[in-house]
Amino acid sequence: MTSLTVNGDPLTLDGTTVADLVAQLQLQGRRLAVEVNRDIVPKSEHGQHPLRDGDVVEIVHAIGGG
Amino acid sequence: MSDPLHIAGKTYQSRLLIGTGKYKDFEETRQAVEASGAEIVTVAVRRTNLGQEPGEPNLLDFVTPDKYTILPNTAGCFNAEDAVRTCKLARELLDGHKLVKLEVLGDQKTLYPNIAHTVRAAQQLVDDGFDVMVYTNDDPIVAKELEDMGCVSVMPLGSLIGSGLGVLNPHNLLLIMEEARVPILVDAGVGTPSDATLAMELGCDGILMNSAIAHARNPVLMASAMKKAVEAGREGFLAGRMPKRVFANPSSPSEGLI
Repeated sequence: MTSLTVNGDPLTLDGTTVADLVAQLQLQGRRLAVEVNRDIVPKSEHGQHPLRDGDVVEIVHAIGGG
Repeated sequence: MSDPLHIAGKTYQSRLLIGTGKYKDFEETRQAVEASGAEIVTVAVRRTNLGQEPGEPNLLDFVTPDKYTILPNTAGCFNAEDAVRTCKLARELLDGHKLVKLEVLGDQKTLYPNIAHTVRAAQQLVDDGFDVMVYTNDDPIVAKELEDMGCVSVMPLGSLIGSGLGVLNPHNLLLIMEEARVPILVDAGVGTPSDATLAMELGCDGILMNSAIAHARNPVLMASAMKKAVEAGREGFLAGRMPKRVFANPSSPSEGLI
């Protein structure tokens, strides 16, 4: 179990990578971008990028705006 | 008549760029975008809602990157750091896409651009390889500085974002266009089709708007009106207006009167 902050809220991850987090949140296949501790993790690295206790994750997407 | 707009190496037939905010739903957004004829469409970047159902609709399923040039913006950023961070997230989100709309705002009440932060963010983004379309005030010196820095388009406000007050200082826009070598787009302030036409008649290269369409009683119809207004203003500019006269000048010949 890994204790994270995701989009400002605490979250316990049952897994160890960014891909595990995306899967746990049921966001696979969605068009999104992930930042861990303020560094962008490219999609191609989601499967390898490890998450550790205390990591701060942001997951963003495109919404309506002008 | 072929009169394309060139931005960052791409060619566009439409000179109307529209935002995707404030619509009732994604379907209305899609219909308005379609009716406007816009080829460049702005979007915002925000935190994903984590509680969502799988398969929940996404804006980019309705306004798709294969059909439109998606222009992610930095709306809501009040300093250079947040704006640069948002652009980097947008680039990742859109698979390496480099075109961004930079706006760094000064305060909530006016949403006037913070020029010091805008200039700093623009420099960082240009250095990082982004194609930057930059929202700014209507100061010709600032506009030139942003162009010289390497921004691909400079976008002065006509009036405050969301105000619908139209182009309040056409003289400043003329000063900006006089010196510009990149497209000058009026970003913000247009409220009516006639505002859009007026801006285009001045010689602006295009217009970016959101609220004027989304807040109309019938947004899809207004999108269509704005398309025609921008085209009319552009053609009017290219055609060149008649000279103004103080006194009348008859349109029918005076010879052969009975």
